Amino acid sequence: MQVTRKNSLFTRYELIGFAILAAIIFIVFPMIMDTFRLNLFGKYLTYAFVAVGLVLCWGAGGILSLGQGVFFGLGGYCMAMFLKLEASTPENTSIQSTPGIPDFMDWNQLTALPWWWEPFHSLTLSLIAVIVVPVAFAFIIGVAMFRRRVGGVYFAIITQAIAAVMTILIIGQQGYTGGVNGITDLRTLLGWDIRTDEAKEILYFVNGALLFVCLGIAQYVRKSKLGRLLIAMRDQEDRVRFSGYDVANFKIFIFCLGAAFAAVGGAMFTLQVGFMSPSFVGIVPSIEMVIFAAVGGRLSILGAVYGTLLVNWAKTTFSESFPELWLLGLGALFIAVVMAFPNGLAGVWSEHVMPRLRKLGSRGDSGTPDAAPSTPAAE
Amino acid sequence: MFADYSWSELTAIFAMQGFAGLILFSVFVLMALGLAIIFGQMGVINMAHGEFMILGAYVTYLVSIFFAEALPALFPAYFFIAMILAFIAAGALGMFVEWAMIRHLYKRPLDTLLATWGLSLILQQVYRSVFGAREVGVTIPDWMMGSLPLTDMIEIPINGIFVMVLAIGISVGVYVMMYRSRWGQQVRAINQNRVMAGAVGINTEWTDRMTYGIGCGIAGVAGSAFTMIGSTGPTAGQLYIVDTFLVVVFGGAASLLGTIASAFTISQAQSIMEFFLSGSMAKVLTLLVVIGILMLRPQGLFALKLRK
Repeated sequence: MQVTRKNSLFTRYELIGFAILAAIIFIVFPMIMDTFRLNLFGKYLTYAFVAVGLVLCWGAGGILSLGQGVFFGLGGYCMAMFLKLEASTPENTSIQSTPGIPDFMDWNQLTALPWWWEPFHSLTLSLIAVIVVPVAFAFIIGVAMFRRRVGGVYFAIITQAIAAVMTILIIGQQGYTGGVNGITDLRTLLGWDIRTDEAKEILYFVNGALLFVCLGIAQYVRKSKLGRLLIAMRDQEDRVRFSGYDVANFKIFIFCLGAAFAAVGGAMFTLQVGFMSPSFVGIVPSIEMVIFAAVGGRLSILGAVYGTLLVNWAKTTFSESFPELWLLGLGALFIAVVMAFPNGLAGVWSEHVMPRLRKLGSRGDSGTPDAAPSTPAAE
Repeated sequence: MFADYSWSELTAIFAMQGFAGLILFSVFVLMALGLAIIFGQMGVINMAHGEFMILGAYVTYLVSIFFAEALPALFPAYFFIAMILAFIAAGALGMFVEWAMIRHLYKRPLDTLLATWGLSLILQQVYRSVFGAREVGVTIPDWMMGSLPLTDMIEIPINGIFVMVLAIGISVGVYVMMYRSRWGQQVRAINQNRVMAGAVGINTEWTDRMTYGIGCGIAGVAGSAFTMIGSTGPTAGQLYIVDTFLVVVFGGAASLLGTIASAFTISQAQSIMEFFLSGSMAKVLTLLVVIGILMLRPQGLFALKLRK
């Protein structure tokens, strides 16, 4: 098999890791959970897209973006706009003063659909927009900033400001965007009801498959020359520049790729949860998405998925039963991850668990690691 | 958009909005000064800065209650004591945080961002548990109420003037500390070259702790002043943190004058636009312009010319 070749896409160990994650997402979760829980975990997995993108940008490239929520939101809004237009047929909205436009526009005294909503009548155009709009936006930000060698802390602060602007804009332009409630009451995708249990299960699997496509791309990038250059840039940017590489182009590319992942996650979020609102765009969700990647391990794409699942599962569990403790816990988690486990779960796994397993393996015969890394997340 | 107003009305609008902008400017300056010290001089991204400010506001609230209950005769002067206590409380907490957390992270500035964000979440929850989720307001002493009528149409609130005077006073104080005192010299020396500063005998650890503490203390005073013009809630600090960071970055991180100039520009722009556009659009436009300028001129308005 190809995997034994040294320069192939996966080492055998990584292939096992991918297989375990696939087994958990496609077999274990659907078997042990009812549709409600499965839908919930599907929602968590949409954040994992963002976390995987952050592993590439932040862990490998050293670019910390605090505005990933913007791309998640743009992807989600593009999808939501299509679904909303489909739900707002003249028959469905006949009680409005202007039938055929989304309900929130009617409430805000708009009498015609704004021109930039028109393309979202078509599913093809909408799906293209899901990727193209956020990537174009990321490209503009990236060109403006990386060409001028803005990086590190300044990049983080400016992306954060962009996230703030985006939220204020969406909330302020209620008639065009649905305001603080977002775009709600989404029903069908080309006539297919996305609210039924069956549809939710299908969407979960679509979501999982897309996540694995993204993971595959991420793995390919990490193994390619680009991936090595990214790490070199993170550690010694000037040396890479002096070696004749155009550092800005690589940074722009990886930032756009991260944005594209986030956008796919956002679109799947809209489909599975049935609405999109500014509360997934702003500063707070954007920083929370960073902590998903940090908990899983900022250097590990698989770790990011486990980290996302673990943090969200903990959030749902704790904020249901002890809402007061949750913020304290989340705050402590931020501090603990940064201070004690800078490489997250993946770091704990490779530094503490793996060496012990190796020791056991060399004594006995059972060399293959089992599903241990997933146990905290699999609950 | 100007056609509907007469000339004298326009003047009055600009004067009133300009003055409202000056109050916003004072708040920005007070918040940004502390951050300019912590971020500009030390390179630490203190996302919990807003929460240190709120701590100052809550201290003021407690002091006002104490004076109203126990020492009603001295009530008009409680604010000055509250300000000092706010400085001490926020400064002490800042020094503790530096000792427990920040000093391990000086080499990883992006990680200070995440860790202090965690700290801000914890502080928010603590405030919520102790003071409740509802906003609290302090009773303003009588002499601060009311307003000075300048002309028939222009009136200036006294508490606004007070906050402005305070902002000017603290700016001057920070300037003297940073550029005229021994401590300021040491801070700037460490900022330029930590290793050499240590080699010539500056106690860098202690100076760092003091710097962080004073930065947080100034945030506490800012929060104290903030109670004069608004109410205080557990999450109020988060509303201002992005603005404050932009003010500091826009001004040029290591320059005090730049911080003040950029606070002035941003607050005036926002406040004058607010009258003609909706509040949210004014804010969006202001922030977009600031972001745009920062993309063209990443070093900020007033950059120190340093060869690195």
